[in-house]
Amino acid sequence: MTPGLALFYGGLNRSKGVLNMMMMSFSCIGLISVLWALYGFSLAFGASGNATLNNFIGNLTQYGGTGTGWAADIWGTTGIPVYVFMAFQMMFAVITVALISGALSDRLKFGGWVLFAIGWFTVVYVPVAHWVWGGGWIGAKLHALDFAGGTAVHINAGAAALGVALVLGKRIGWPRENMRPHNVPFVALGAGLLWFGWFGFNAGSELTVDSTTGVAFVNTQLATAAALVGWCVVEWIRDRKPTLVGASSGAVAGLVAVTPACGFIAPLPAVLLGLIAGVACALAVGLKYRLGYDDSLDVVGVHFVGGWIGSLFIGFFATTDVNGAITDVLGAKEGLFYGGGAGQLWSQFAGSAVVTVYSMAVAAVIALVLKAVKLLRVSPEAEIGGIDIADHGETAYDLTPAAGSGGGGAFAMAGIAPGKAVDADGKADAGQKVAG
Amino acid sequence: MKLVTAVIKPYQLDAVKEALHALGVAGLTVSEVQGYGRQKGHTEVYRGAEYTVEFLPKIKVEVITDEIDVEKIVDAVVAASRTGKIGDGKVWVTTVDDVIRVRTGERGLDAL
Repeated sequence: MTPGLALFYGGLNRSKGVLNMMMMSFSCIGLISVLWALYGFSLAFGASGNATLNNFIGNLTQYGGTGTGWAADIWGTTGIPVYVFMAFQMMFAVITVALISGALSDRLKFGGWVLFAIGWFTVVYVPVAHWVWGGGWIGAKLHALDFAGGTAVHINAGAAALGVALVLGKRIGWPRENMRPHNVPFVALGAGLLWFGWFGFNAGSELTVDSTTGVAFVNTQLATAAALVGWCVVEWIRDRKPTLVGASSGAVAGLVAVTPACGFIAPLPAVLLGLIAGVACALAVGLKYRLGYDDSLDVVGVHFVGGWIGSLFIGFFATTDVNGAITDVLGAKEGLFYGGGAGQLWSQFAGSAVVTVYSMAVAAVIALVLKAVKLLRVSPEAEIGGIDIADHGETAYDLTPAAGSGGGGAFAMAGIAPGKAVDADGKADAGQKVAG
Repeated sequence: MKLVTAVIKPYQLDAVKEALHALGVAGLTVSEVQGYGRQKGHTEVYRGAEYTVEFLPKIKVEVITDEIDVEKIVDAVVAASRTGKIGDGKVWVTTVDDVIRVRTGERGLDAL
């Protein structure tokens, strides 16, 4: 999933910042995985042992994640090993932090990103995952439903992205300069990998194989397909041509929107959900131009808006026809259109709203702290020259023919490496690497 | 001697090359260039954001010839590269003072 996200975001970015963009995803795979094992999983999913405290946070000692004490343990009543559940949830934690980075491309110091990722993961992701899934107040008290991460992942990440983007400011030249995607095939490849991996997230969130798993699987495909169509229809009408960037973005919007709802709604409503998400997100990505915030790769337009749509959709279309656990186990109600009244819609709204406000505020505060200690934004010189070379000392592409790396330059044809000493007879020095 | 320079649409290159070959033109120089004329560039739309691509890819064909053949060559290039749509390109003729064949040192018409 997260490597797919790296390709999706990397392709959407300009070429001078593609490595930094991908590095923000890859750094999360490294960093968040370790933090998840050290304390994240325990705090998010451990029971604190105190009912009041457990509404807000888990326990540091119950699941250390580093011991071998629960190698043979089973997670609750699921029948799956604790390690499997812990690793599965690790992937959600990793990608949620990585999702935020799409709003911050080309201008956020990499050191600042690392500190932000650690801070936001600890103070926002871990508790919010606990509130929604780990026995905390949103899931257990408010009974807001989130099958695979609409509230905990997408609204959470989208709100944080907006919070940081507002503090970070616009890229130099935005929206005046050409900032089009530099590699559309990367975008499609990344979206394809995400689509494939998302089946694991959504169907896997049932934590067993039963009819709900099947519904979640089918709904994921149908909503994603419908959203792809919906986004392309908007483009066809508005811009006269459907695009591959649009089809890829529509698919991601559909995946986002169906995520919270996939295990609670029937397949036909999932098609409707996908269509709504595809159309709405295609229109929402234009909001940044009207409102003037630079959400580089549309994390707000796709994940925040898509997450909200999916979360609220549960309030209308959740039904025990496809998942009896809604009322039996989860203590929630059916949706408005299935006779459950407006109660579930209110729960969905309240849970999403609290996560929105909390995540956006804390993300903005972390960004303000980083700004105060000058760790937030690269210098204008580094930004114009490209954050890849400034913060990582590497560049993605070397397209100058004379550099020889493509093998077609004049120097390469002459058998001479540029900038190296050449003997009087025109031959390169012994020991020097010679092309050809 | 004259230099005939033609800036044409890339996909017309084969037709122009064939036409010149039929006239017995011995050699020509081709380069990939970018530019725009009256049609300007085109626009691309990504996620609803419109970007203007100012410079369009074109092919520049250069032929040096004696003055007698200039009109024939110009006519052939124009005929071969015309589609009737905007952006077909331009052909212009300039005077060449001298030409030297690198291999033999021949000059003028002998070097063509």
